[in-house]
Amino acid sequence: MKRGSLAADAWRRLLRNKMAVAGGVFVIFLVIIAIFAPYIAPYPFDEADFRNAYQPPCRGHPLGTDSLGRDLLSRLIWGTRVSLAVGFIGAITSFVIGVLWGTIAGFCGGLIDNLMMRVVDFLYAFPTMLFVILLMVVFKVNVATTHNPVILAMSALDDKLGGMLFVMIGIGAVSWVGIARLSRGLALSLAEEEYVEAARAIGNSSLRIVTKHILPNLMGPCVVYVSLGIPGYISTEAFLSFIGLGVTPPTPSWGAMISEGYQVMLVYPHMALFPAIALGLTMLAFNFLGDGLRDALDVQM
Amino acid sequence: MLSYFVRRVLYTIPLLFVLAVVTFLLMHAVPGGPFSGEEKPLPPVVVERLMKYYHLDEPLWKQFTDYLWNVLHGNLGPSYMQYGRTVNEIIKDHLPVSAQLGVLALLVAIVIGIPMGIIAALRQNTFIDYMCMSFAVAGVSIPAMALGPLLIYIFGVKLHWLPVARWESWRHMILPACTLGIGHSAIIARLTRASLLQILRKDFIRTAWAKGLSGSRVILVHALRNALIPVVTVLGPMFAALVTGTLVVEQIFSIPGLGRFFVYSITDRDYPVIMGVTLLYGVIIVAMNFVVDLTYAFLDPRITYD
Repeated sequence: MKRGSLAADAWRRLLRNKMAVAGGVFVIFLVIIAIFAPYIAPYPFDEADFRNAYQPPCRGHPLGTDSLGRDLLSRLIWGTRVSLAVGFIGAITSFVIGVLWGTIAGFCGGLIDNLMMRVVDFLYAFPTMLFVILLMVVFKVNVATTHNPVILAMSALDDKLGGMLFVMIGIGAVSWVGIARLSRGLALSLAEEEYVEAARAIGNSSLRIVTKHILPNLMGPCVVYVSLGIPGYISTEAFLSFIGLGVTPPTPSWGAMISEGYQVMLVYPHMALFPAIALGLTMLAFNFLGDGLRDALDVQM
Repeated sequence: MLSYFVRRVLYTIPLLFVLAVVTFLLMHAVPGGPFSGEEKPLPPVVVERLMKYYHLDEPLWKQFTDYLWNVLHGNLGPSYMQYGRTVNEIIKDHLPVSAQLGVLALLVAIVIGIPMGIIAALRQNTFIDYMCMSFAVAGVSIPAMALGPLLIYIFGVKLHWLPVARWESWRHMILPACTLGIGHSAIIARLTRASLLQILRKDFIRTAWAKGLSGSRVILVHALRNALIPVVTVLGPMFAALVTGTLVVEQIFSIPGLGRFFVYSITDRDYPVIMGVTLLYGVIIVAMNFVVDLTYAFLDPRITYD
């Protein structure tokens, strides 16, 4: 990184923001935990031990055990994987769909733009939660009854990922509209820039102009926008697992753990408390980091 | 003004219509039906009769037009899963609870949010400001699902101050309303602060000071009234989100609101309940956006609609 370059300036501004740095450190910590989960977790996440069910925190189980005697700390650690995977892959999915949709609409203009943006408008007005819930039910029931090889292959992959795949698809399918609007607006304004006019004047094809001049220039704001969305995707996953439409048991998800724990809150508060703290801290860290990034890069949105 | 009003109302009709069509199609796109449960399968004859009784054997377009016709006559149909109850009754029994929770949460959000935003703006870049804004980020970040158990643990389990479940006296309402409202208070505090800071730099505020008005009069009357415009704009959608988004809080605190019908009707494929609750939520959201546009004109006389 060159001294005095734009990126170096942004980096310095980011480092000066203590909350953002703290958030960033915590996010890195979470990523490490998620990657090395099998080595860190003291027990397998699905190892039940019925004689030790509902244990409060003790020596063998630092955070206690759940209704089946599974070690809560191990499940929290494995749950980090689910949360982060859904957060990042949900972000990538909505980024790819949104940027493609918005850039095509903005660059084509006219009738195509109009039609594409009406779809976006409608999805914007549509209650997101309802859409996600309906999608999840469609996925789950379709998989149980279909003979379509594509869906069967997806369902096999979904099983391997502990039910995460469909959550990611569901989140990606509803969360791209904001980014589509942003990238369309940017594409429209970039298309008016002089260098684009110059590129067209020397005979570049539309495809080349889009890939060489427009896409690289709208990446920055779009990346920031989508990274600000990550905590939202993480909490959507927790919500879906909370109502039983997220990951499939025994895959540990913080949302599912809270959902199991709140029912016995008065007797065994540790069961809901620790996943709630983990979820809260994670959301905080991502938000502090996201706010810091936005300020540091000084993105106008 | 009147023509704007009429145009807005007319504009909502296609929106709600498309909402109904899409929900209806998505709902029926799921294979099987409300009576093809896997755990306790009903005899095929019974399923067939039930399908006939509820007109589910008719073509989709016929079912949809019949449904629309009934809705236009104020009849949202029977619930398939709760025998003998109509969707109208379910909404009548449970919406007031959700609405009450939503209103209380909104009050919590306003009562905490606006003063905090004002204080933060008046003490910009001081320790108080940083405290308020850190609280705001925390409030925005922590979802109700995490905050609920935390509040229950502190105030219910450890301190024994407040009951942690059911919906009876005002004491039962404090924790759920705070769980739901605190996140939104943070949004209000941030907005109030940002917009008040902008207004305080305006010329008319300097004039007000120069006239020798008291500090409280300048802030509360001249500045705040203008600064609250962006805040008011988020209150409408916020109220809609609070009423429709109570599901998690209702679950955690065992409150008999409408939220759980929303989710369980979808998993049970209780078609009329899904349609009824979705359309109701759609109407609430659209109506709130409309109210916001009207309050604009009230707060800022320069804004006119034509």
